[in-house]
Amino acid sequence: MIELRGIARTFRVGDQQVHALRDVDLDIGRGEYLSLMGPSGSGKSTLLNVIGLLDRASGGRYRFCGEDVTDLDDAALAQIRRQRIGFVFQAFHLVPRLTTAQNVAVPLLLGEVPAAERRERVAEQLAAFGLSDRAHHLPEQLSGGQRQRAAIARATIARPEVLLADEPTGNLDRRTGEEVVAVLEKLQQGGLTLIVVTHDPDLGRRATRRLRMQDGRLVADEAGAAAQEGA
Amino acid sequence: MKLRDQLRFAAQNVLAARWRTLWIVLAMAIGTAGVVLLTWLGESGRRYVTDQFASLGTDLVIVLPGRSETTGGAPPILGETARDLTLDDALALQRSHAVRRVAPIQAGSVTVARGNRSREAMVLGSTAELLEVRRLHLAAGAFLPPGDPHRSTPVCVLGATLARELFGNDPVLGAWVRLGDRRFRVIGLLANEGRSLGTDLDEVVVVPVAASMALFDREGMFRVLVEAGSREVVPTVVAHVERSIAARHEGENDVTVITQAAVLGTFDGILRALTLAVAGIAAISLVVAGILVLNVMVVSVTQRRVEVGLLKALGAAPATILQVFLWEAVLLSFLGAGSGLLGSEVVSRVAASFVPELNGDPPAWAAGAALLVAVGIGVAFGTGPAVRAARLDPVAALARR
Repeated sequence: MIELRGIARTFRVGDQQVHALRDVDLDIGRGEYLSLMGPSGSGKSTLLNVIGLLDRASGGRYRFCGEDVTDLDDAALAQIRRQRIGFVFQAFHLVPRLTTAQNVAVPLLLGEVPAAERRERVAEQLAAFGLSDRAHHLPEQLSGGQRQRAAIARATIARPEVLLADEPTGNLDRRTGEEVVAVLEKLQQGGLTLIVVTHDPDLGRRATRRLRMQDGRLVADEAGAAAQEGA
Repeated sequence: MKLRDQLRFAAQNVLAARWRTLWIVLAMAIGTAGVVLLTWLGESGRRYVTDQFASLGTDLVIVLPGRSETTGGAPPILGETARDLTLDDALALQRSHAVRRVAPIQAGSVTVARGNRSREAMVLGSTAELLEVRRLHLAAGAFLPPGDPHRSTPVCVLGATLARELFGNDPVLGAWVRLGDRRFRVIGLLANEGRSLGTDLDEVVVVPVAASMALFDREGMFRVLVEAGSREVVPTVVAHVERSIAARHEGENDVTVITQAAVLGTFDGILRALTLAVAGIAAISLVVAGILVLNVMVVSVTQRRVEVGLLKALGAAPATILQVFLWEAVLLSFLGAGSGLLGSEVVSRVAASFVPELNGDPPAWAAGAALLVAVGIGVAFGTGPAVRAARLDPVAALARR
């Protein structure tokens, strides 16, 4: 469902060209569980952002679900993100003045879902993520694990096909991190394509397909069910 | 994103930043209230002045001797009186159906004395018609007797202040006063009239015009007041006056004719312009409030870069981001303008209860215009930051902690 061909991404920093991605070819099938690892600055977050249509490649072609999205405008890309892609961030990025329920409801607001259906779906989603009793709390009143669960609930409420997680456990302690990973893997087993960027080798090993990046290139692509027993 | 949800989202932002909202609403409110109140003051002033004029009758035509003309390249000379405007000229003006009354006026300064008290006063020489033409009121006695204006009867009518100064609490009617070297019997007292068109009517002595002609040894009238039958026939009266005078002055139309309506119109125009000018100055304070909106919105966008990035990641189109931020600016302006209107309503009520001349409500068009300008300014100054937010690169925005 995701086909990258010769993807490059360069930034200008002062006078210098920085090559964040060089000639990346990648095919990802529906329902895959990928981990993306590599040292800092190797381009893994940039690749994730390009896959998530948050960032545009400087070169190459990108087909998403069979459609060439390389040259779509911002509004069209926003629509694809809204309907088919979910993001989970290391820093959670919950809107601080909105309650848990309101935060989870944001994608439905953007998708113009009627208010009654919205309430119902938010309630279901909160129940599914064990956050029903936190519905009317502000993010600052939640624990780290609860915040990330709320963020995942938000990322998946619009029923996307791809979930992109950038260091989802980076701000969590080990035990809470494992809980969050369990939530993500359960969603993946439900048919979601899951791509996780991480520094954590234990987390990386759990994926069924492991990509390694260095200096903007994909240097390893190992398949194999190494960690299925953990799920 | 639906309009209702956009509005609610914007409202949540506005409510979340309470202090910021309070200050900006205050600034906007002061600007709006300024526009409305200053317009109201100007309008009240205009109405007061035009009412004063109107009370003199808008069907009044004033004939002045002399005419300003430019001849031979010399600078124009005002009131170059070639020929006097005589009493007979004035009386001749009566001969038209369009004319209701004619009151010739001679004016001059003279010493009025009673016993050993004396006082400099303005003498108005006129006819019985003056009472009606100038809408004067008597406190006691009678006005000048009707009859042949050429007859000089030694009677006079005193203004209220003048009578009090000369007579104190003594009876006035029937007493004698000296005007210059002549004696006049007081037959009437004017009611308190106050100032009217620059003449303090409380300080005048009114005598028959023939008497004042003798007193000043002058034939020419200071002016002639002609009252038209109605406002509609004023142009007819003007034409009639010019024709009659020309016929009597060997074909030369050497008078200046001013209509009360024209004077009223001029004042009305001047005061309206002043009102608008003052309102314009107040509108500048609205622009200042607009710059505050700009400032606040810039800060708001900067502070909420991460949130904008997040909204974009969640699939908000640039147009949606733009709209949400614009609604926020509009909401702030609207709140500000609304409180301003409310405030000006309160202030105007309180002020009107102290100063009765400030009658009426602030004009609705001023309130509407102020509201529109305030919201317009909010949108104008909110657009820049909103566009910036809409164009924000989500990756860069989300990378910040």
